[in-house]
Amino acid sequence: MSGANGATKSYDVIVVGAGHNGLVAACYMQRAGLNVLVLERNDYIGGAAVSRSLYPEFTYSNCSYVCSLLRPEIMRQLELPKHGLQIIPYEGGCTMMQDGNHLALYDNHDALRREISRHSKRDAEAYDRYSRDVMRQCKFIKPLLLREPPDPTSFKWRDINELLYIGKRFHNMGEERMYDTVRFWTMSAADFLDEYFESEIVKAHFAGSSIIGTALGPRSPGTAYVLLHHYMGDIDDTVGAWGFARGGMGAVSNALGSSFKASGGTIREAASVSKFLVRNERVVGVALDSGEELYASTVMSNMDVKRTFLETMDAGDLPSEFLDQVRKFKIRGSSGKLNIALDGLPEWTAIPKGSPCTRGDMHITDTLDMMERAYDDWKAGRWSQRPYVDMLIPSQIDPTMAPPGKHYMSVFVQYCPYELADGPWTPEKRKAFGDTVIDAIARQSPNFKSLILHAEIRTPWDIEREVGLTEGNIFQGELTMDQLLFNRPIPGYAQYRAPVRGLYMCGSSTHPGGGVMGAPGHNAAQAVLRDLKKVA
Amino acid sequence: MSVKETELPHFKQPLLRTPFHNRARELSQHDSFVAWAGYTTVDVFTTPEQEYFAVRNATGVFDLTPMVKYRIKGPAAGRYLNHLVTRDVAKLKVNRVMYTVWCNDNGHILDDGTLFRLGEDEYWLCSAERQIDWLLDAAIGYDVTVEEVTEQVAALAVQGPTSCWILKQLGLAGIEQLKPFDIGRFAVEGVEVMASRTGFTGDLGYEIWMPPDKAEFIWDRLMEAGRLRGIRAIGSQALNAVRIEAGFLMPHYDFVSAESTVRLGRDRSPLELGLDWLVDFKKGHFNGRRALVAEQARGVARRLVGLDVAGNKPAHSALLYTEESGRQEIGFVTSALWSPTCKRNIALAIVNAPHFALGSKVWAEIYLNRELVWERRMVQAEVVEKPFFAPERRRVTPPADR
Ligand SMILES: Cc1cc2nc3c(=O)[nH]c(=O)nc-3n(C[C@H](O)[C@H](O)[C@H](O)COP(=O)(O)OP(=O)(O)OC[C@H]3O[C@@H](n4cnc5c(N)ncnc54)[C@H](O)[C@@H]3O)c2cc1C
Repeated sequence: MSGANGATKSYDVIVVGAGHNGLVAACYMQRAGLNVLVLERNDYIGGAAVSRSLYPEFTYSNCSYVCSLLRPEIMRQLELPKHGLQIIPYEGGCTMMQDGNHLALYDNHDALRREISRHSKRDAEAYDRYSRDVMRQCKFIKPLLLREPPDPTSFKWRDINELLYIGKRFHNMGEERMYDTVRFWTMSAADFLDEYFESEIVKAHFAGSSIIGTALGPRSPGTAYVLLHHYMGDIDDTVGAWGFARGGMGAVSNALGSSFKASGGTIREAASVSKFLVRNERVVGVALDSGEELYASTVMSNMDVKRTFLETMDAGDLPSEFLDQVRKFKIRGSSGKLNIALDGLPEWTAIPKGSPCTRGDMHITDTLDMMERAYDDWKAGRWSQRPYVDMLIPSQIDPTMAPPGKHYMSVFVQYCPYELADGPWTPEKRKAFGDTVIDAIARQSPNFKSLILHAEIRTPWDIEREVGLTEGNIFQGELTMDQLLFNRPIPGYAQYRAPVRGLYMCGSSTHPGGGVMGAPGHNAAQAVLRDLKKVA
Repeated sequence: MSVKETELPHFKQPLLRTPFHNRARELSQHDSFVAWAGYTTVDVFTTPEQEYFAVRNATGVFDLTPMVKYRIKGPAAGRYLNHLVTRDVAKLKVNRVMYTVWCNDNGHILDDGTLFRLGEDEYWLCSAERQIDWLLDAAIGYDVTVEEVTEQVAALAVQGPTSCWILKQLGLAGIEQLKPFDIGRFAVEGVEVMASRTGFTGDLGYEIWMPPDKAEFIWDRLMEAGRLRGIRAIGSQALNAVRIEAGFLMPHYDFVSAESTVRLGRDRSPLELGLDWLVDFKKGHFNGRRALVAEQARGVARRLVGLDVAGNKPAHSALLYTEESGRQEIGFVTSALWSPTCKRNIALAIVNAPHFALGSKVWAEIYLNRELVWERRMVQAEVVEKPFFAPERRRVTPPADR
């Protein structure tokens, strides 16, 4: 067993960062018989999947707040339920409109059809076609998530086999759907939704997930894929369903941490890595901010590619073109987050009494134009004056987040720039950003402001500082076609291996990308195990 | 009190109630309601057997209000429909009905249903699925309006050997003159109703179409008119039994609309469903024609057929094999029934080529639950002609009174 001080012990693998992907990778490697050490800069684990208490008796999901993408295979293999993880689906959602009307999403298909019919009878029926097409694409993509993307330029047996596998799946979709896939991966969400819906409110509601975490507007090409990315998950086989991790998203990381330790792994918090140590083009260990050095022949970085290669390595240890591409990797921050403790449940003027839709995700952007205008603000270097929000009140379902009768509200905000046109972020500007969001919500809820007990306001700048996500980009790099599959993060380096021997990447910068999914961590661990011949 | 007033908002009560709901609730002895096309409808009133025999021996009344109805109107309505469906709509005369299917460009069935020609330029399309977006997209370039009118019409199927007599008692003077697929207009104590000699039972029978606000009035008069001739309300279980005997297809059981399939190879063409007689290759272009021409030339890979299954246990969901050993799988049962009228164990099944030929012998794997103990049986089945039950009375005009 490794001692509590861990430092004197030798390790087979050092994982830098205890984000959920680092932890997933660590679990798989430890279980395969390697001795793994995880080093985390913060004094808590989880990265962007974390629960913290910043106000007495309240727990916040500080960054990520809803769960769907986390691969069920991972939960099962790593026995996360045994280690305390429970995912509870939430129902429905809504967009409140400026004219006092609303669109609700209900789980019950008949209720949903009648609800959409209030806006457009045609859209109510087109919705089924829309869901079908999205499901068809998800069916194609899902099996690719837990696989290392093949290098299409390689002649290695494994790459060719994998390409054949993808090709076969692609072909199995049938001709028409193959065309659809290509369109899907390149279109804008607005164009995609226009193919199904006529009503502005319906389009605005569904477009939401195409811009979350993305420095693009609903009319930018490529956003249709981002929309799909949010449908890829499932809860208990209900594809596209989203839920809460009981106890907040930190429950995911804590269960992983517990599973890891139970299999003999070691985690050191408050251990910030300053350098990957490289000798003769081979990684040999890491140096901590404290000056301490730790050695292992395999090192894995959970940090995004920029932080890994630009800030934690010597340029001299890396090929120049590779470095240049890392520099050009798109990782623009565009999202903010408010975590709010409420003295009671807000009243919503646009929502009829008794409608369960407020138990799901709530929005206040009712046209694509309004969404695009919000993006225009970001381009000009200011936060959106009429922001798009994805807000939820998990404490309506999860009793662990707030005292009885009081509520925790999570407000994800799109768009908020990393760098402001008028100079650096200041506490005053952060407050002004928070006020803009709170005012926007208050327009739909007369008692909202009076219920606020505490609010944590996080700009992309804060997220970068606290979580280490470069520019505060929530996905560790944008999810556009040029940065997906065998191009993620860098063409030629999509197989989790860095250009330095023994160094691997497992963060969301790698395939299949961001979100609390665990797939990058899983795939990276498999790459190490294959290289070390720990698996057949 | 109108039914609407008792209804809660859709997020509390997602299913609609038909205008007959209050009457149905009074008669339903099991409170057994099921969702059908967005409405709550009765599954079983008393027992499925009693209700089944009402249709085959006297008269069963079935509330078919939830059937989705579209009104298609305009100078180009006929041409539009001819482009849409596989049969030749030009041959459909005013006041006549035809059963048809419609396909996507790949020749895969979107839905089946009945087309009513109500006037020179006015039609009703009755279908299982809601599909206004498809119907409107297909209408591009035609001078037509397509409008969903499901909630504007209440409808009852009145089916069985005494149905004509009962409707005469109800006051539908001249109903006996309607030939199969004819439409007539009648009045019951001044209330205008439309009647068509159509149905989903393969028996003598009619469907009565009326304004929703007159629904309860007609129901009451109809039940009174049929009291002496064995009328009874029937639920969807009994209806399912009679339609299997008649060889009629049920969407979601015997096929899935190409609009909702996610997996490849789950779509069905009319040729695969044995509905070749509905496809008119000579009428000119229609949606799916090219694909169907090719499929016909190639020969279908599988076909929906009727099976006569040995023994008396319905072959629900049974997989089919070439041999008793169960080595080679060649299809599956989609609907199964012990037919009380034919005294045969019947089924509808999708069978791969070449095993779907009439007279082919296949093996069905049937699972039986006998007091919680599951037993597996391999029984032989033969591909036979459909329909299983087709009494002469369904066609005779004027029909007998019983
Ligand atoms: C505000 C916000 C909301 C989000 N909402 C959702 C959501 O609702 N649902 C969802 O599925 N996804 C959501 N996401 C995305 C998702 O949370 C992330 O994509 C995912 O958590 C990233 O996980 P990771 O393990 O790849 O990286 P990270 O979580 O970024 O982990 C990296 C870890 O490395 C550590 N680290 C950094 N530098 C060092 C160093 N020098 N030494 C040691 N350790 C270091 C960090 O502290 C961190 O713990 C959200 C993200 C954000 C920021």
